[in-house]
Amino acid sequence: MSAFIGGKNLGLTIVLGVVAVLIALPFIGDNYLVRLATFLCLFSALALGWNFIGGYAGYPSFATAAFYGLGAYVGALLQNAGTPMPLAWLGAGLGCAIFAAALGPTLLRLKGHYFAVGSIAIVEIMRLLASIFADFTGGGMGLNVPILRGGPDFAGMVFLYAMLAVAAAAFLTTLAVDRGRLGFGLRCIQQNEDAANMLGVDVNAYKTAAFVLSAIFCGLAGAIYASWVAYIDPTDVFSILLTLKVPVMVLLGGAGGAYGPLVGVVAFMAMEELIWSNFLELHHGVLGVIIVILVFFLPGGLLKLRWPQILGRFRAGGDAKSEAKAAAE
Amino acid sequence: MSAPLLELTNVSRHFGGVRAVQNVSARIEAGEIVGLIGPNGAGKTTLVNVITGAHRATGGEIHFMGERVTNQKPYQAARRGLSRTFQIVQPFPSMTVRENVAAGALFAGKAISRRAAMDAAEAHLNFVGLGKLVDAPASTLTLPNRKRLELAKSLAMRPRMLLLDEVNAGLNLSEIDEALRLIREIAAQGVTIIIIEHLMKVVLGLSQRILVLHHGELTAEGAPEDILEDERVIEAYLGDRFAKRRQGAQS
Repeated sequence: MSAFIGGKNLGLTIVLGVVAVLIALPFIGDNYLVRLATFLCLFSALALGWNFIGGYAGYPSFATAAFYGLGAYVGALLQNAGTPMPLAWLGAGLGCAIFAAALGPTLLRLKGHYFAVGSIAIVEIMRLLASIFADFTGGGMGLNVPILRGGPDFAGMVFLYAMLAVAAAAFLTTLAVDRGRLGFGLRCIQQNEDAANMLGVDVNAYKTAAFVLSAIFCGLAGAIYASWVAYIDPTDVFSILLTLKVPVMVLLGGAGGAYGPLVGVVAFMAMEELIWSNFLELHHGVLGVIIVILVFFLPGGLLKLRWPQILGRFRAGGDAKSEAKAAAE
Repeated sequence: MSAPLLELTNVSRHFGGVRAVQNVSARIEAGEIVGLIGPNGAGKTTLVNVITGAHRATGGEIHFMGERVTNQKPYQAARRGLSRTFQIVQPFPSMTVRENVAAGALFAGKAISRRAAMDAAEAHLNFVGLGKLVDAPASTLTLPNRKRLELAKSLAMRPRMLLLDEVNAGLNLSEIDEALRLIREIAAQGVTIIIIEHLMKVVLGLSQRILVLHHGELTAEGAPEDILEDERVIEAYLGDRFAKRRQGAQS
């Protein structure tokens, strides 16, 4: 609602424009660009997924990588068992939904810092389980996934479109939640959970629904990732860095709306590209600096800045200068 | 005789060794305005919390409209038509005043859509006199206006019974008169009211019947004028010496 800069249609127009470019990209861009675009869609899906529980419900979840990794493993194992690739992906999404529905009612009793710590523990536990049950998961040796036939260009296109479809589904789901009963109830929970409960919001059911939605999109993205790179291991998919990066992206753009997470992903990835290419060694340090800046200066994210006023000041400053110049002459 | 709207049977709530509410039994009929009074720490708010599900009862039974509702969840109480205001107001701070009230209409008041809830919210806000502030963030309201917002939220839930926990605390005299007028209007619409209040003027002026809690137990019950004369009530508020002295003066 307040997350729109210039009315509802501007945001939607930009999103549709970007989607059109992404669809055309395999035909006009090189492999590097297609790969970058696939990552853009991957992180958009994760960020929009996190936003349901972290943004709308206000529960600082660090369980993103748990769902992502679980999705990757379920998808990979299903594919290795002979399930067609798209069905394996759907199976992974379903598996993550069930996992989150089972975990949610217990984990979501925790609040604030306790929930954050509890959710990050899930990632570690999942990583250890994947390492321990080596007969089943391959353990630290990792797990190979059948490579998609048809050559790198064709595979690049398939995985880009698949990730784009998940990101688009996450975006459309967000729009529906934002306008519906669920989004309103989650926002009430985020503001004051006890008051929401007293007003008739079934808080446990709503929080679990947000957690399940979050898990589905992270799980789908993880499963597609596993098929894309054709090899996964526990430290790669149950990654603490990933679990931290996604909330940072959302907070950078602005949590609790449909557009903030997308702005955050684009801004973060643009920054990451610049930093990777300029200071390879300092990459992780820069992530830390961004977190600090977010906490101190941007509590509402980039979208919550008063852009019209900021731009207006620049314009006014420019006008004043040119007027002064004109007067001097 | 038909079943009462709310029936408490030996309701208790203990916190460890502290018996905050002890064996309270009471019947509230539909359409009544009942005052619940007692000194600080008597267990008034705890009793409301047990009735609305914020606390579990340690013992006893609660029936609402003939249905057993002991240990219901707060959201279930809200949907059944048992709504309450808080002593310390609980708005959703960064939502607008209208959205705050619409939440009540949508989740407990059976509004069919968000749009319908928003419309209902506006009507309730006009009723409590916040019609001009519908688009203000709730965090910007003054204390009297927050109390009005709290009342509008409760009304949006379309309650059968409204439990008012110190809605008048912190208000000045003219604001209290305004609040009393609102409460009477709500009662006239057929809502049963239990009002917890420290200000005797308010309780005596409004209530048809008064329940007195002391040390978690129901010590007296009756019409306002009788309660004022009741020895146990005087003892609870002013101490037993005063009660005895008064008795001696009368005989």
